[in-house]
Amino acid sequence: MADQHAVLSAAHPSQTAQNPLQRFFAATELDTRLLGMVGALIIIWVGFHVLSGGLFLTPRNLWNLSVQTASVAVMVTGMVLVIVTRHIDLSVGSILGVVGMVMGVMQTDILPNQLGLGLGNPWIWFLSLLGGIVVGVGIGALQGAIIAYLRVPAFIVTLGGYLVWRGAAWWVTAGRTVAPMDARFQLMGGGPAGSIGALWSWVVAVIACAAIILGLYWGRRQRLRFNFPLRPIWAEAALAAIGCGLTLAAVAVANAYPWPRRIAENYAEANGIPVPESGLFISHGIAIPVLMALAVGIVMTFIATRTRFGRYVFAMGGNPEAAELAGINTRWVTVKIFMIMGGLCAIAAAISSARLNAATNALGTLDELYVIAAAVIGGTSLAGGVGTVAGALLGALVMQSLQSGMVLMGLDSPLQSIVVGIVLVFAVWLDTLYRRNKH
Amino acid sequence: MLDTKTPLVEMQDISISFGGIRAVDRASIDLYPGEVVGLLGHNGAGKSTLIKILSGAYKRDAGTIRINGEEVAISNPRDAKAYGIETIYQQLAVADNVDAAANLFLGRELTTPIGTLDDAAMESKAREVMGRLNPNFRRFKEPVKALSGGQRQSVAIARAILFNARILIMDEPTAALGPQETAQVGDLIKQLKSEGIGIFLISHDIHDVFDLADRLVVMKNGQVVGTARTSDVTKDEVLGMIIMGKAPKGAVPGPGAMREG
Repeated sequence: MADQHAVLSAAHPSQTAQNPLQRFFAATELDTRLLGMVGALIIIWVGFHVLSGGLFLTPRNLWNLSVQTASVAVMVTGMVLVIVTRHIDLSVGSILGVVGMVMGVMQTDILPNQLGLGLGNPWIWFLSLLGGIVVGVGIGALQGAIIAYLRVPAFIVTLGGYLVWRGAAWWVTAGRTVAPMDARFQLMGGGPAGSIGALWSWVVAVIACAAIILGLYWGRRQRLRFNFPLRPIWAEAALAAIGCGLTLAAVAVANAYPWPRRIAENYAEANGIPVPESGLFISHGIAIPVLMALAVGIVMTFIATRTRFGRYVFAMGGNPEAAELAGINTRWVTVKIFMIMGGLCAIAAAISSARLNAATNALGTLDELYVIAAAVIGGTSLAGGVGTVAGALLGALVMQSLQSGMVLMGLDSPLQSIVVGIVLVFAVWLDTLYRRNKH
Repeated sequence: MLDTKTPLVEMQDISISFGGIRAVDRASIDLYPGEVVGLLGHNGAGKSTLIKILSGAYKRDAGTIRINGEEVAISNPRDAKAYGIETIYQQLAVADNVDAAANLFLGRELTTPIGTLDDAAMESKAREVMGRLNPNFRRFKEPVKALSGGQRQSVAIARAILFNARILIMDEPTAALGPQETAQVGDLIKQLKSEGIGIFLISHDIHDVFDLADRLVVMKNGQVVGTARTSDVTKDEVLGMIIMGKAPKGAVPGPGAMREG
């Protein structure tokens, strides 16, 4: 029975697998589902590269892809928690819109004029972002409280919010577009100035590699301490090599994309740098919005897997009744989830409005659908209890890859919608098959 | 032989009413260390209500509760837990999508000095407790969903005893299980009993109670019909107690026993 094959797993599972590939996956304990997504992503990338005549897998396109993904990527990390607890948030695009407007008005009018900080004050970007986050968290708290304490279904509350906050975005300036943004605030949108350059990108890469290796070492020490089965050393080494290799490769790509010729020349002129015959090569490096999205991803992964709050989120998703009987304050946890979601919408709003260099009424329109789709493609189950931040981030990358690939191929935008819609349904069907086979 | 010791739990003349209906009427039961007492009766006989007074879910109107001979006040589930009283609910109260260790510590997680979850320490402790209950259990890394009903029930029981329960209340612990798994839970109960834990077993199933309990208490209409050692009465006599409220010769009649000649 179940107990018999359970006895075998006392040793590390890698010792019972037969073929080398199975043994590799068992030994490294890599999530096969996540690997499947990486595989799908590679197929999409190579496919578009071929179909677009070699335009897709270029440093320029990949760099742009990373910047375009950032806003949805930030929001999807929160949507995972929302969906895991069997809720939904249809209002994220509208919250992004209203918070974008609030931040826009703060940095162009309220802070410099009404509070007298003056345009170009170095604190403006920070105070605007902070103000936006406060508004976002507040909106989330309100919606979360209605869901948790008044027991109105999240679908309805956030559907209402979808209308309310979009309308509120209009009311902030009676429909006028706010532009331009503060110069420092704009850095959150990427671009040549909003990237950290080659040197700092390598610094980030080295720190990331060190973190990967330390993490593996720490995990091994914990297992040793409690006498749990260990991964074989070669598997640990393979994991370290793969992790560091991917990090370094990504940074190399970001550094291979130079500043546009004119901007580089202007920069050289302004700083008195001689321009060589072959032209000046200044690397973009990692874009600031991408760094923000990665930082959010790391923080949210930490929250989801290493804190009590995260544990409660998953327990509530698996069995709300059991969570309540165990003494968890499920209502307060629900409010906190929506507060986080609102705060993340504010960060995404900063990225989107900075990138556009304007806050408009339409900012974030349809984002709720892209965010939900990314979470679901990334393996978050609408039935609750299942989902990972890393998977959702990959899901966001898959969605954005499809979109920019189709743009590169020159597909009309109605056709793009049709393809994205079909891919969403297809991906969830594949996932259903995968889960059914696994159990 | 057990009667010489102090009872672990002594509930005396407990009464509670809901809107004029006496759900429990002057009921008295007791429980000794290492003893399993089965609580039998129809739906609505008052057995669950009586036991919920002990677990702190309801507050009694009258009567006294003694734990180890000392009178105690239990007014909420937290008080009960503080006296080492743990309840295992009828519906398996486990979160399906997380592993055994996460379930054992749900709501009472162990954390590292910086406040993060100490999964390794929790898994280690879980291995220790589960090893005591169900030595064959090895599936610590899998979500509880993947376990059999009996294994899940042992997770629920482990959760109750993890925090040093001395008194265990099991409300229909085998209602959702197949025969093989019921046997597994039965073994578990015997094991806990041998460790000196007192168990109240609430059940519809006379066979279960005869297999596992040392004594049984039958309730009807909120009153105790009688108390008997399982060895002193037959199943038919117990059925008579449940259905007609007739206390047989081998039982000590309670206030609810039918009076006749």
